[in-house]
Amino acid sequence: MSFLIGDNMVGGYGGADILKGCTIAVDKSEIAVIVGPNGAGKSTAMKAMLGMLKLKSGAVRFNGKDITQMTTQARIAEGIAFVPQTNNVFVSMSVRENLEMGAFLRNDDFSDTIDQIFELFPILAKKQSQLAGELSGGQRQQVAVGRALMSQPSLLMLDEPTAGVSPIVMDELFERILEVRKTGVAILMVEQNARQALNIADKGYVLVIGENRHTDTGKALLGNPEVRRSFLGG
Amino acid sequence: MDVLIDLANAIVLLLNFVLVPGLAYGSQLALGALGITLVFGILRFANFAHGDTMAFGTMITILMTWWLQSKGVSFGPLPTALLALPVGILVTVLMLVFTDRMVYRHYRHKKAVPVILMIASMGVMFMMNGIIRFVIGPNDQRFSDGERFIMRARDFKDWTGLSEGLTIKTSQGLTIVIAIALVAALFWFLQKTRTGKAMRAYSDNEDLALLSGVNPERVVLITWILAGTLATIAGTLYGLDKSFKPFTYLSMLLPMFAAAIVGGVGNPIGAIVGGYIIAFSEVTITYAYKKVFIYLLPSGIEPDGLLQLLSTDYKFAVSFIILVLVLLVKPTGILKGKVI
Amino acid sequence: MSSNQKTTLWFGLVAMLLITIGFTQSWSVSLGIMNLCLISAIMALGVNIQWGYAGLINVGVMGFSALGGMTAVLVSQQPVAEAWQAGWGKLLLAALFFAATVTLSVLCYRKIVAGKQRNIMMTAIIIIGLSLTRYFLDPATTAIESVDPASTGYLGGMNLPIITSWIIGGFVAAGVAWLVGKVALGLRADYLAIATLGISEIILAVMKNEDWLTRGVKNVTGLPRPVPYEIDLQSSDWFIQLIQWWHSGFLNSLNTLDKQVALKQFVIEGSSILVKLCYAGLFTTVLIIILILSVKALNSPWGRMMRAIRDNEIAAGAMGKDVTARHLQVFVLGSAVIGIAGAMLITLDGQFTPTSFRPIRYTFLIWVMVIVGGSGNNMGTVLGSFLIWIAWIEAEPVGVWLMQISTSGMADSNMLKLHLVENAQHMRLFFMGFVLLLVMRFSPGGILPEVIRKR
Repeated sequence: MSFLIGDNMVGGYGGADILKGCTIAVDKSEIAVIVGPNGAGKSTAMKAMLGMLKLKSGAVRFNGKDITQMTTQARIAEGIAFVPQTNNVFVSMSVRENLEMGAFLRNDDFSDTIDQIFELFPILAKKQSQLAGELSGGQRQQVAVGRALMSQPSLLMLDEPTAGVSPIVMDELFERILEVRKTGVAILMVEQNARQALNIADKGYVLVIGENRHTDTGKALLGNPEVRRSFLGG
Repeated sequence: MDVLIDLANAIVLLLNFVLVPGLAYGSQLALGALGITLVFGILRFANFAHGDTMAFGTMITILMTWWLQSKGVSFGPLPTALLALPVGILVTVLMLVFTDRMVYRHYRHKKAVPVILMIASMGVMFMMNGIIRFVIGPNDQRFSDGERFIMRARDFKDWTGLSEGLTIKTSQGLTIVIAIALVAALFWFLQKTRTGKAMRAYSDNEDLALLSGVNPERVVLITWILAGTLATIAGTLYGLDKSFKPFTYLSMLLPMFAAAIVGGVGNPIGAIVGGYIIAFSEVTITYAYKKVFIYLLPSGIEPDGLLQLLSTDYKFAVSFIILVLVLLVKPTGILKGKVI
Repeated sequence: MSSNQKTTLWFGLVAMLLITIGFTQSWSVSLGIMNLCLISAIMALGVNIQWGYAGLINVGVMGFSALGGMTAVLVSQQPVAEAWQAGWGKLLLAALFFAATVTLSVLCYRKIVAGKQRNIMMTAIIIIGLSLTRYFLDPATTAIESVDPASTGYLGGMNLPIITSWIIGGFVAAGVAWLVGKVALGLRADYLAIATLGISEIILAVMKNEDWLTRGVKNVTGLPRPVPYEIDLQSSDWFIQLIQWWHSGFLNSLNTLDKQVALKQFVIEGSSILVKLCYAGLFTTVLIIILILSVKALNSPWGRMMRAIRDNEIAAGAMGKDVTARHLQVFVLGSAVIGIAGAMLITLDGQFTPTSFRPIRYTFLIWVMVIVGGSGNNMGTVLGSFLIWIAWIEAEPVGVWLMQISTSGMADSNMLKLHLVENAQHMRLFFMGFVLLLVMRFSPGGILPEVIRKR
């Protein structure tokens, strides 16, 4: 049984259905990546599992519990953390304050967690008093991920975390995500940079027009000639 | 020696007619603008009813003050109104929460554009204005008591031997001291407490704040509590300093909006800086510097005319001109508030 | 119920209200109310053109109508020759320097790259230019104002018939609106609202202060009229005979002495009514002309484009429509209409009192009219104007009357009763706000919402 599964999801933002019955699942200590062409419904699938849109049919189950009817805020309280693609930091607050906001729902002393985040992203320790809005794109992404990790989630969702960053920063980010996986967190990612993302993926989902086209391990998908021809540029 | 005395006299003139009034008025504007900027930044709309909220809070405080005075209660050299403030604040906050529940919440849930909320606040303004005039009447009300002056012109002249006197009213001193205390308290709240940070986060990025688990209704409630408190105190201080007349508070609305926008919407420091900028601009631009120049220039040379940059009638226009200029040239304000 | 039926029904209601007031209070009062309804309707139409057609919020209605009113003065009054003699030279120089300052600073802003240098240059231009302007303006204005300040003390006007001021007032308001729009229309809706409110306060401050132009708070009274004066009517034979004939039934039942007294009374009343009827005729004509033009514009390709822009600005812009230019057009047109209404108002009043332009009465009340009546719908706006104005005026006596009834149990000298009765009129503010909020919540399109034509 998967830790998180969006089972046969059908739905959209109102009129037409963007998701036409796709299934996405991820387990603890696992990285699952959703790739596909533009408009395939990658971000939509993730948002559906977060509760940001209503499903016409299908279910979402988290740790055995059916969360299909739960609000986003309730799902967050269950231990899911989400890093949006844009506007994912508090630009007028310092790096440290951003992290503190990540721990908002916690009642205990979270200074240990902050230290862990600083170990994971050493540059944030250096810039902890700087306003998040003043950081570079790559550093901001680190703050965004750090904020999400502060709640010590059991599931981390990332919407195109490497969008708009340079290749070196992208490699660094993926390395960090691998570190996070080591701590037992389940990680679900939507990515445009398919090749690099599938490289670190335990499971890969190729979505085309709202449906599962290919589902396999990351390595297998990278070796699949059809996938390579369609999305990876041969 | 004479030159020094002339200089001293000129300085005292400026202190008396520019600096002290500017500080007092600036503090009142700052407190009012703080309320406006909080609502603008967190609830994201221009609250046209804020002026009348100040009037309402002051009205309740006045009624309570009169009751206390009738019971023979006094506060020594300080105005009795200070004792009545907590009641004024409580009733005003209740009224604001009630208004939010009845009027604004509906539009918030519907995700209406800020303009609609602004027009709704005009309706609230009408209603509040009507209630205030109905309950306390449209005329001038005086309610200050206690020691009137901290420093009298006569005493100052005796003490220093200068020919120009410095007057500092108790209400002016109170305004400045209370404003500083309130601002410090607000800052401590916003910077150091968990709730304060949550509010800043909500103002910064609403969606992300919700994703972090911030409770939006709680943020709204606290915003109204802060706005009501600031409005009541600001209104009461202004009423103690000048006098209470319902119409005055409506006309203070624009200078307060000017202060909030000049300093940067949603930015509390900006509101305070803006308040003082507007106040000092109004005072310095419309003050007649003739006497000052008489002291500073060699004797015998007297300037023609009053040497006012703009006549006193333009006092209100000054803040509007500054507001319009800022909106056109740098809409985010001096301290970079929210982007327009 | 179709929208046409609805419209007729509501206007029928308005007519009933006015007739009731005529019977219960007096026909003079009823006609007076109707005239102000007509003027408010025109003002509200101007606002509706800006809000309903283009989504622009103009909270500076007060300023633009004051400009129209000022034009009525400047157009119709006699020029004061002495004042012109005293000041024209320096005034001209001041105007030249002011124009030069503005032109130079705009050029500087446009041609020079942003930066410290530009800021210094602009500050220098503005300080020097304004100082020079003041150097000539101050003595000029003092000279003008010292010419017989009790009765003039200003430049006077152009001695034209006051009705022309209605059109000229529209142009003046349009001109100022063009300037304001050029600079301010890029702002977001609620910021535009605050900016227009600020600008209208500035306009009013200028009018209250620049005595050499408008006599400031000394006011200008005794403006000429496009309709007869009551006094003239009361002494003209044809009018007296008309009144005699109108009331012949009643008069014939009286003896000679009572007849004289009654006739005199009727003549006075009648003159007031006739004058108001004349005004009503003029105002209605203007209203109908503006309505026809507005409806024609709305249904024209131009109107459709305006609504397309309003409903989806980004899409319209992407299709190549010059959104800014269109917004400016609408802003100017709407303000022109407001200016016309302002000129009409001052003509009706016969005097120009800058201090009477208060935000609540002019700006906010007009907005309530537009929203309650039906934003985007011209007939709705007119309906809203009538309803709200009648409610506003009648709320005072009705409120007092209600309060007196509900406190009739108390002694006449009871402090509470006195206070309640005295302040009952202020509850009309409360009532207005309440109506606005009700309509916004439960009928957001207004009583007569915008008719969306399906093709």
